[in-house]
Amino acid sequence: MFHIYCPHCGEYREEEEFHARGEAHIARPLDPDACSDEEWGDFLYFRKNPRGIHHELWIHAAGCRKFFNVTRNTQTYEIKEVYKIGEMPSVVAE
Amino acid sequence: MQHYSGFGLLKHSLTHHENWQRVWRNPTPKKKYDVIIVGGGGHGLATAYYLAKEFGVTNVAVIEKGFLGGGNTARNTTIVRSNYLWDEAAHLYEHAMQLWEGLSQELNYNVMFSQRGCMNLGHTLQDMRDIERRVNANRLNGIDGEVLDAKQVQEIVPVLDCSDSARYPVMGASWQPRAGVARHDAVAWGYARGADAHGVDLIQQTEVEDLIIEDGTVVGVRTDRYGEIRADRVGCVVAGNSGVMAKKAGFKLPLESHPLQALVSEPIKPVLDTVVMSNHVHGYASQSDKGDLVIGAGIDGYNGYGQRGSYTTIEHTIQAIVEMFPVFSRVRMNRQWGGIVDTCPDACPIISETPVKNLFFNCGWGTGGFKATPGSGHVFAASLAKGEMHELAKPFSMFRFHNGALVDEHGAAGVAH
Repeated sequence: MFHIYCPHCGEYREEEEFHARGEAHIARPLDPDACSDEEWGDFLYFRKNPRGIHHELWIHAAGCRKFFNVTRNTQTYEIKEVYKIGEMPSVVAE
Repeated sequence: MQHYSGFGLLKHSLTHHENWQRVWRNPTPKKKYDVIIVGGGGHGLATAYYLAKEFGVTNVAVIEKGFLGGGNTARNTTIVRSNYLWDEAAHLYEHAMQLWEGLSQELNYNVMFSQRGCMNLGHTLQDMRDIERRVNANRLNGIDGEVLDAKQVQEIVPVLDCSDSARYPVMGASWQPRAGVARHDAVAWGYARGADAHGVDLIQQTEVEDLIIEDGTVVGVRTDRYGEIRADRVGCVVAGNSGVMAKKAGFKLPLESHPLQALVSEPIKPVLDTVVMSNHVHGYASQSDKGDLVIGAGIDGYNGYGQRGSYTTIEHTIQAIVEMFPVFSRVRMNRQWGGIVDTCPDACPIISETPVKNLFFNCGWGTGGFKATPGSGHVFAASLAKGEMHELAKPFSMFRFHNGALVDEHGAAGVAH
């Protein structure tokens, strides 16, 4: 069971209140009409799947309902840090 | 290979069963093979077996970092069915189903395949519409299926709560009588024994550390124990590690790895002689021949490589099971475990050529790989033998994520992912 610090609420809450929404920092192509099929497919479907440090987007679904980012180790499950959207992580994946 | 029979059992009983032949050899690998299969799980072993038996390619090695059938094959809920909606998926799983039906005889190994039927419950009007659509699609594809109303469901599974007072009352179900369960370990062992008998080298406790690629063509693998082993073709069947292997080969796969859990109860008297699944309340259960309830959970919502899974997922699953079967509420659970499933964005597998010549991948089975074991192995073997994809495998190319020809099969999976 994770205890996750919500940077918006400023509190630790149980995992049940949250929902993981996949990889963080995925930018939508600025000019979708100019994308090749490959670029568009990469944006839609291809995600990092590291065995180790991973940056993830989470939502405090049963709380403030705001999104934030989590840096987490997918092997040990240790949460390294939590940071707001727009901020950059201090622990960086390889 | 020693033939197993009732007479053999009797004969060996005279010598206290001390003289049985070893089930497979433990060979030192050769320098070069026609085909190397990375990964000795059910799918990898089935691939090796059909390569040797059906396609005459016997100079084959299966390289496994642990022991045979010790990964996801050993961690699933043993359910076999082919009631998928889309033609591509239905054909693939039905191909597997037909191989299941003769598998024990084919392998001369009892895989305990039991066609006790599989029921997918509907709890809402929309569920029932989806069920009718799927059963009709199945029947158009020549796959057995029926739509049951709540009364028929209750007759088949008396232990299920079909009353109106349930929080999500059962309105009906889809029913595939030919579906059932098989003994998961026996499937791996039977294929391993069969492959070995046809000359396939099963190399255990050996990790493939890298793929050797020259001029965009794979020419072998580098292992931790035996150094370089060359091969004309390489097939990767490594489930949760597929993304890691693809990275070594220099391309990406659209996979995310999640733990998928299952649990079994203490053995109880026979109460459930079929497989009951519910997408809506999200749980599924069957009873093994030994008497324990085999219960499947969903995947963890986040990526993970821990082969145990989270407590919250178990809690949700048990809630669903107790909702369906109030009579199970005081059954004790004996064991719980997790396997790492490689999920695809469209919930369908990848059986594919890759950007590297002579390198093939079979992965992305997500939560539903076990039922496909014979079919997956068969079409992958055909593809490896000929160097081009089998007709049934073609729709499952990894390039579908760039050309848009997805096979979106979330609906037929027992668990959301």
